[in-house]
Amino acid sequence: MTAPSTNTAKPATGIPALLKTAFINALIALVLFSLMIGIRTEAGSSGQLTYWTRFGDLASIVAAVFGGSIVIELLRQWIGPTGAEKLVPPAVQSGISFIGRYLAPALLIFTLLVPVIFYNQRYILDLAILVLTYVMLGWGLNVVVGLAGLLDLGYVAFYAVGAYSYGLLATNFGWSFWICLPLAGILAAFWGVLLGFPVLRLRGDYLAIVTLAFGEIIRLVIINWQDLTGGPNGVSGIPRPTFFGIPLDNSDDGLAARLGIEYSPTHRIVFLFYLILALALLTNWATIRLRRLPIGRAWEALREDEVACRALGINTTTTKLTAFATGAMFGGFAGAFFATRQGFISPESFTFQESALVLAIVVLGGMGSQLGVALSALAMIGGFELFRGLEGYRMLVFGMAMVLIMIWRPRGLIGHRAPTVYLTKAKAISSDLVKEGHG
Amino acid sequence: MDYFAQQLINGLVLGSIYGLIAIGYTMVYGIVGMINFAHGDVFMIGGFIALITFLILISFGLTTIPLILLVVLLVSMAITALYGWTIERIAYRPLRHSFRLAPMLSAIGMSFVLTNYSQVAQGARVKPIPPFITGGYTLHESTDGFVIQLSNIQIMVVVTTIVLLAIFTWLVSRTRLGRDMRACEQDQTMAALLGVDVDRTISMTFVIGAALAAVAGLMYLLYYGLVDFFMGFVAGIKAFTAAVLGGIGSLPGAMLGGLAIGLIETFWSAYFSVEYKDVAAFSILIVVLIFMPTGLLGRPEVEKV
Repeated sequence: MTAPSTNTAKPATGIPALLKTAFINALIALVLFSLMIGIRTEAGSSGQLTYWTRFGDLASIVAAVFGGSIVIELLRQWIGPTGAEKLVPPAVQSGISFIGRYLAPALLIFTLLVPVIFYNQRYILDLAILVLTYVMLGWGLNVVVGLAGLLDLGYVAFYAVGAYSYGLLATNFGWSFWICLPLAGILAAFWGVLLGFPVLRLRGDYLAIVTLAFGEIIRLVIINWQDLTGGPNGVSGIPRPTFFGIPLDNSDDGLAARLGIEYSPTHRIVFLFYLILALALLTNWATIRLRRLPIGRAWEALREDEVACRALGINTTTTKLTAFATGAMFGGFAGAFFATRQGFISPESFTFQESALVLAIVVLGGMGSQLGVALSALAMIGGFELFRGLEGYRMLVFGMAMVLIMIWRPRGLIGHRAPTVYLTKAKAISSDLVKEGHG
Repeated sequence: MDYFAQQLINGLVLGSIYGLIAIGYTMVYGIVGMINFAHGDVFMIGGFIALITFLILISFGLTTIPLILLVVLLVSMAITALYGWTIERIAYRPLRHSFRLAPMLSAIGMSFVLTNYSQVAQGARVKPIPPFITGGYTLHESTDGFVIQLSNIQIMVVVTTIVLLAIFTWLVSRTRLGRDMRACEQDQTMAALLGVDVDRTISMTFVIGAALAAVAGLMYLLYYGLVDFFMGFVAGIKAFTAAVLGGIGSLPGAMLGGLAIGLIETFWSAYFSVEYKDVAAFSILIVVLIFMPTGLLGRPEVEKV
């Protein structure tokens, strides 16, 4: 339902109008920031609040808003009205498919070679492992959000379940990583079904809020159930992974000694790298295969129109539950990997921000596009690393990016939908043409 | 029994604050059909602006408490309302006809922006203020020495809430703006055809919601004596729970739901465990949505094909 909009009807033209808009924006900014930025409060040593003024900062921000709105207004007039083209033009389409055909294998080969190229750069290897962890989480959440169209804001709960499953089983019973990994996945999938059952009837925003509440409940229980989880102190001393039973350390029966090569701590990092790469590729492979099975098709049908799904005799209950369980299982795997990599887990790693980050990766990647998710994970985590020193600004920029992406490209970077079934020739369509139903 | 009565008072006061925030959620959901995820953070901004205004007024040497309160109330309502207007303008209006999940995701982004903006601008530490309104009444003193207290600040919170609710009900049911809002809630296209300025009405909804959240922020500041940058998240989810419990889209429902959540939280803390009070609130949200999706006073949602 489109209501006529009074604002887009007549764009402001001419320099006086431009300056007037910029002036009004600057005035609004002045009022908005006057107290929050112009005045800085801080509790003194005796608990007494003091304040000092920062009018210089305030002035520069207002000036930035003034200049910024002139630039944006000029750009808007220069680019012209948006939303003119809806179909992907053939040239662009063939270009995308050409890049798409070769980009993924090229990226994969490069990723396989990363430990060889950057063997001596521990920082890059650690960063690559982090990126791959988020790629895996993104691919896992993609099953729920991208394929089945169920907005899940509590995905980090399954990550936490996986991490704590491995952490607790390994520290309490001494079970090895390779036994715990499937267990962590199964337990997380179980929790996924547990969450899935009650929310079956919910749709859209309500579903999102309930999954968020679920994620927060899991985190609060982990914090407060101190006997089991150690509360805010977390679980420490989680054993490192072994090469199928052979430890990767400097001992006599370690891998290095058995192979007769000199021990180096980098071996473990490289092993962790290939481990998470294998897990991520497993996730990807399973998702691609599942999309071709009836269940995967049912997920995508559910995303497009739930009512039509039911009319066609698709069992929406099992469809939703399998989507939740599959996504949660991959989250559980990633969690177990996280625990073994860190050696220490605490509830602080499983906040809502983490869920939002993974969701942002999936949305920016274009919801349903495997390559897009991988690229956006790289962009997001890489971007986070750039802002490493600026802890507060990092999330500020992240939030702004999320808003801007929604305005500029709500369908994500790679926002086309490649059909899984086609008659003679696959033809990707712009996802702007795809109307999503309720889900 | 005395303990129960005391908790009842505390719960009603807390519930009034939740109710004021919940009205913002329920109005926006009723008209635009989206969960304004950033609303909890608007409440937090309101608290901060109230705190800063207090500090400035006191350093100017003002000592008349009622005058200070009035100025703080007006300033924080005005500036926070402008925040609400700007947020709608920047983050929600361009997405009004976008795909279904876009406004929700944009709102989550906006919530991060507001949280971290106030952390960057005002620091991460908790900001306490000295108690402004002291004193109160002893309602009842039992033989074993337990006293039921009703403090002046508690009276003020409840009275302010009732007054605001009365003004607000009048606004929605009697004025031109209220009629426009109700028209947009029913059918935006039809309202626009009949000459209602839909954009302006939606903007005003956000402005009013933010102003009420600012009052809630001020009340929170006075009642608990502190604000911090992260308080919006949990308060926001609880207020949303209140809006859902009361039936989303229903204004009396939001207030009723707020009171219910306040009472449940207070009694849970008093009789079971303080640690799990948030778990209780979130569980109620899940249970209500599953068994009573329309809430206490809501209308059933008709599924359109």
